[in-house]
Amino acid sequence: MRKPFTAFRGIAAPLPLSNVNTDAIIPSDYLRSETTDLARGLFGRWRFDAEGKERPDFVLNRPPFRRAEILFAGENFGCGSSREAAAWALQRFGIRVVAAPSFADIFYENAFRNGLLAAVVAPDDLAAMVAALEAHPDDAQVEVDLASQTLVRGNAARIGFQVPAFRREALLRGDDEIAGTLRHVETIGRYVADDRARRGWAHRAIAPKENP
Amino acid sequence: MTAGATLFEKVWNAHVVQRFDGDRDLIFIDRHVLQETTSAAAFTGLKRNGRPVVHPELTLATQDHIVSTEPVRDETSNPGGLELMRLMRANAAAHGIRHFGIEDPRQGIVHVIGPELGAALPGLTLACGDSHTATVGGLGCLGIGVGTSEVEHVLATQTLLLQRPKTMRIRFDGRPGPGVAAKDLILAAIGKFGISAGRAHAVEYAGAAIQALPVEGRLTVCNMSIELGARLGVIAPDDATFQYIAGRPYAPRGQDWEAALAEWRTLASTPDAVFARDVAIDCAGLAPQVTWGTTQEDVIGVDGRIPDPATYGDRDRRQRAAAALRYMDLKPGDAMEGLKVDIVFIGSCTNGRLSDLEAAARVARGRKVAPRVRAIVVPGSAQVKREAEAQGLDRVFLEAGFEWRSPGCSMCVSINQDVVPPGQRCLATSNRNFENRQGPASRTHLASPAMAAAAAVTGAITDSRKLAT
Ligand code: SF4
Repeated sequence: MRKPFTAFRGIAAPLPLSNVNTDAIIPSDYLRSETTDLARGLFGRWRFDAEGKERPDFVLNRPPFRRAEILFAGENFGCGSSREAAAWALQRFGIRVVAAPSFADIFYENAFRNGLLAAVVAPDDLAAMVAALEAHPDDAQVEVDLASQTLVRGNAARIGFQVPAFRREALLRGDDEIAGTLRHVETIGRYVADDRARRGWAHRAIAPKENP
Repeated sequence: MTAGATLFEKVWNAHVVQRFDGDRDLIFIDRHVLQETTSAAAFTGLKRNGRPVVHPELTLATQDHIVSTEPVRDETSNPGGLELMRLMRANAAAHGIRHFGIEDPRQGIVHVIGPELGAALPGLTLACGDSHTATVGGLGCLGIGVGTSEVEHVLATQTLLLQRPKTMRIRFDGRPGPGVAAKDLILAAIGKFGISAGRAHAVEYAGAAIQALPVEGRLTVCNMSIELGARLGVIAPDDATFQYIAGRPYAPRGQDWEAALAEWRTLASTPDAVFARDVAIDCAGLAPQVTWGTTQEDVIGVDGRIPDPATYGDRDRRQRAAAALRYMDLKPGDAMEGLKVDIVFIGSCTNGRLSDLEAAARVARGRKVAPRVRAIVVPGSAQVKREAEAQGLDRVFLEAGFEWRSPGCSMCVSINQDVVPPGQRCLATSNRNFENRQGPASRTHLASPAMAAAAAVTGAITDSRKLAT
């Protein structure tokens, strides 16, 4: 089980770029080992220059956004490779919610499977939120309430977001998806038995025992 | 029963173990392919929860992403990759999973060896922790690319719980001229429809130009489905497909073959099948394609000029194009042809198969790599390498001054030692031209193998049709 996703209030950072790809979210240098510092790697090439020094103009290097827990981003966030490290890096940095008008398919799946909320917001709401955060960085606290599917900045605008009901429930409960599927293990067994009878050729081993 | 069904729906529906609300299906996975960079954490998760691998006999593993591609190599040739390579080997051994390590004659890029070994077959579902798994759609196999949590889910349950994709068809009408490759067809489609056109869809590629493609070309087209944003891509299997599969190591034999073939012949979308989205592209008169920017939709014919971002109506697109031109050090109106390159990379799961190397060799034969240019050829698998050597292609490349390397992902993802130095311009046959993809500040142009060879021997982006022999 994962920790259930409860309502919280945190700093929101604007990153209004579309098509932010997973190579940008976590550069491949950080995929070379199981133990790399993914928090440092997040948006590595945007946050740090070739010498490893911070680029002061990048949003996550500026106060208060250095402590961001929520990211407002443009369309098709997370496109490119399937690397789940993109979701992990966001989380290690401290991001718990990415709000965008749309997400790439695999990233979207990966996010929820790790308890990261990928919230779909209307483009106009995104634009207004980004403008507000850029104009008032001193007022960047946003409250996230998954149960009512709302994001509220300070005392100002409240915007809604979309999330499929089953994903919302799973996040709120902190479900482990594998455990959920294993509850259907008998149904899977029946499927395999039936399908073996129907399509025996498809079930022949591709890893014969004599050569493991 | 199958009246009005698309190829995708027929295969998907045959694999539904259980339906859930929210258009989610629990799907049985017939084949699972593992690679070293996305599986280690999945095995750690299994261990933590005390869960076994339920179907090791339907699972294959290889090392491809982080391996050295030195002509003579072993696991230690890329010390930075040792940890992940050893974990893959140890995890496979611990769970009885067949593993093709760096020394194995069947080693290669996951999406190259699946079809080559007959592990990917029409009508099957195949999952892999890698976004280009859709490659196997070229055989009529549903290739599902997933993240590491999902790798663990497949290992533990042999299923995936997935949102059912919507159906989409792209018809490639008209006949492309000689010298226009599968890569050009898919790049042109991405240019026309955009990198998120396929989001949440399973795309079927159809039409005369697709049917005319050899099987390896179909794999190239389906490979880049993710570059269209699609969940997966498929092409209807036909006699060419069946011929390609017959006799491969894990392909069905004897009675199994007859049964499989009978089923495979029923897989094509019925003529009355309805797609949620149905679009077309005209291939007549298409020139070889080259990307100029930092997404795959930034693509033009080699005879074209770099577009002016100011002409884009959409503000976001305008800003992205301007940033891409700065990153790529290009100016609006510049001719694509004649642009100097520093590096040429021929390989990857998009274009690292035998026919790709043959196409490149046809251009390279009897010519010399231009001075200052580094050109490398990296076969997609050990088998591709052997077959190419049997034809003498290694000699053709070496005599022309190309490097002839060992199989792996290499400069496609640059997590081994094969890196494009900062600021250098690379013409690559791979699939991603993102900023920093081939190394910090690297500049990538994507094109076909023939175009890559033409750039290598002229030192500049060149219409490969002019060098055709
Ligand atoms: S060749 Fe490139 S795209 Fe293909 S599997 Fe390897 S890294 Fe991924």
